[in-house]
Amino acid sequence: MQTIDEVLEEIPFFGGLKHEDLELIAGCGSNVHFEDGETLFREGGPADTFLLIRHGSVSLSCYAPPKGSVILDTVGPGDILGWSWLFPPHRWHFDAKAVGVVRATQFDAVCLRTKIEQDPRFGYELMRRFTQVLLQRLQWTRMRLIDMYADHT
Amino acid sequence: MQTTPETPTSAVSRPTSELTPRLFRVVKRRRETADTVTLELEPLDGKPFRIRPGQFNMLYAFGVGEIPVSVSGIEGRLVHTVRAVGAVSTAICEQKVGAVLGVRGPYGTAWPLEQALGSDLLFIAGGIGLAPLRPAIVHFLANHERYGSGVLLCGSRTPGEILFEREVERWAEHSSFDVDLSGVRHALTTYRTVDVAGPSWRGMVGPVPQMIPKAHLEMRSTVAFICGPEILIHFAAEALLTRGLPPRSIYVSLERNMRCGIGLCGHCQLGPTIICRDGPVYAYPDVEHLLEAREL
Amino acid sequence: MMNGAHDLADPVVLDPTGLDDLIAALRRRGFRVLGPRIADETISPAPVDGIDDLPAGWTDVQEPGSYRLERRTDDALFGYAVGPQSWKRELFPARLKLWSATRDANGEVAVEETPTEAQPTAFVGVRPCEVEAITIQDRIFLSGTFTDRDYGERRSAAFIVAVDCGDPASTCFCSSLGTGPATGGGFDLALTELLAHGHRFLVRIGSAAGQEILSDVETRPAVEQDFTDAADVLDRADAELRGRFDPSGVRNGLVRNSESPHWDDVASRCLGCANCTLVCPTCFCMSVEDRSSLAGDEATRTRVWDTCFSVGHSYIHGGSIRPSGRSRYRQWLTHKFATWQDQFGTSGCVGCGRCITWCPVGIDIREEVAAVMGRKEEHHADD
Repeated sequence: MQTIDEVLEEIPFFGGLKHEDLELIAGCGSNVHFEDGETLFREGGPADTFLLIRHGSVSLSCYAPPKGSVILDTVGPGDILGWSWLFPPHRWHFDAKAVGVVRATQFDAVCLRTKIEQDPRFGYELMRRFTQVLLQRLQWTRMRLIDMYADHT
Repeated sequence: MQTTPETPTSAVSRPTSELTPRLFRVVKRRRETADTVTLELEPLDGKPFRIRPGQFNMLYAFGVGEIPVSVSGIEGRLVHTVRAVGAVSTAICEQKVGAVLGVRGPYGTAWPLEQALGSDLLFIAGGIGLAPLRPAIVHFLANHERYGSGVLLCGSRTPGEILFEREVERWAEHSSFDVDLSGVRHALTTYRTVDVAGPSWRGMVGPVPQMIPKAHLEMRSTVAFICGPEILIHFAAEALLTRGLPPRSIYVSLERNMRCGIGLCGHCQLGPTIICRDGPVYAYPDVEHLLEAREL
Repeated sequence: MMNGAHDLADPVVLDPTGLDDLIAALRRRGFRVLGPRIADETISPAPVDGIDDLPAGWTDVQEPGSYRLERRTDDALFGYAVGPQSWKRELFPARLKLWSATRDANGEVAVEETPTEAQPTAFVGVRPCEVEAITIQDRIFLSGTFTDRDYGERRSAAFIVAVDCGDPASTCFCSSLGTGPATGGGFDLALTELLAHGHRFLVRIGSAAGQEILSDVETRPAVEQDFTDAADVLDRADAELRGRFDPSGVRNGLVRNSESPHWDDVASRCLGCANCTLVCPTCFCMSVEDRSSLAGDEATRTRVWDTCFSVGHSYIHGGSIRPSGRSRYRQWLTHKFATWQDQFGTSGCVGCGRCITWCPVGIDIREEVAAVMGRKEEHHADD
């Protein structure tokens, strides 16, 4: 069974971080487990964590009447889930639900936010990585906006 | 009376003009989605027909017109899946069992299934693009011991707007190479994604290229076949190249306006290539620069 | 220049009466004879009974966007360049019914092909550039995996009497592309009209059929004066045509400059009227019209000329790939000079200049090609 920082070393998202940074992040992390259909967090709830999914799939949805609940995105193994913790008001924007059994490493954002305030260099390294993830996800979301399968006549 | 043209007249090998349709009857009809229908056809003259996965026929609706449609099934009957987007395709989609359609073909190039023997096959399908790939997938499944592994990445707009739904569900049941309890080895791993879904969807939500960085693929031995909207072909091919797939291992199916299907009417040109004659299946490096140009 | 490489036998000489007899001999053998005639203030192919129907003493004066006929000071029968219509109309008709079909009350369909209307036809007065254009269209319609049967039958039934060019128009540039002013191969008979030292025609024999027809007509062997006079005619034409277009590097140059701002410049002038594609002797785009009767029990398919200048040409479920005039002009010019070679192994242009003459705004493709490639055009030196 690997320790959390052994796991983190293998994840591309954390690649290139100094050893003491990885130790710090690992120190804020804990392993979590969700059953199929279990809610990870709800829209509007306090966003005090982010997760690294290690196994399984998580759906992100919002409730849009009269359609009802709409799944807007899914994340899978190796993906980082959650950036609402970075900026006030630190509230989740979507509901997140486990599709099948999900195993993840959950990171305490409150603990990390303090460290970011104290150490701008560390903050920059984290921000850089999160920005890259966001850019990639934005690009993929934009691809869906093309609505390429629709009939354009 | 004969002048001396510099090029000899080719012998006409078929008895009728290539612009005259052969007549086929609709023997089975299945609605796939709100705007897409699959028709199974048999020739009135009872003579055999040839067509290979990736090729297309020109289908004629009596009195309305003709459109190019890729073959979507070759197991005994001639099967075509048609999406109603214009007058002709709508007319074809409305044909009931017993109706007579005109067929000219087969035309165009085929998926290089012979060249890919021994390789792992990666099928990437977006929307109606699954139809031209289906005969290649079926061929792979029927001959899978002569190939490596098979992976299908399949995207549609919503969970319900998927072609061949039951067949895809059957394929998707098998998501590993493990031999199941019945002793059958399942060679095709299917991953589905949609643009948007309701709460009961258990697959991925995201564009097809998003599946590519994480798919279990061996780049050295994989050959990819991509079919779908041109923008999908572009993004998916780029994602494969980023992962290190050699460009010549990628094959794409292109389309343009076609009137004759036999390289004589000038409509389906894409720069230097004539799609009904040199395509629709191309090795990606041969058309990559053409896809980057706008309004070509 | 004089190229006897394709000749079957030694050249002979016909006087104008002999040409009249040649036309009569063709008609006796069942050929429909087409030759240049004045109609609608142009010189275009039409049925002729004899040399009296030919435009004796007339020439054409052509500029970008302008064409008019003028009287000559002599009686030359072929003293003009080219008219708006090429022989493409005969081999590749603008409208051709392909087949008709019926559907009965039970939905049973029957298709009946329309037999070809090809009849033996003699084309009299085919310019060297036009012979080359026919050769180019032969390549398209007859040498691929699929051939056009109607074209093949009309082609086999055609007898070609070419006539060298002695009076090129200002819009001609055949010699820059190696297609004139003398006829290369691909003819049954090739004439050079001589006016010095007596009105006569030097006749080169290009096929057994050509030789056979001449057996019905009085000719005499060609002598040195005939050859000298013919060389003079062609030398003069060559001198006039010199330097009108530089074809070197055009194929790659057009493809490389596909995003040149000059395309916007020509697009601002081009009306998209498609005259150029209609008069061009090599343009072959066609479409099919499917029609049915109101009752829905009869249907026909007709092959019709089409043009890449129409927005619908590139329409594909939902929109056109080439909606802008700029992209359509680029498509035509790039295809004609560059991608045609990739598709068929020859250039698409023969330098006949029709598109320049018949463009209502006088767009000159010699200038446009040079401008796209960033070259200074040179042909103005002669004007």
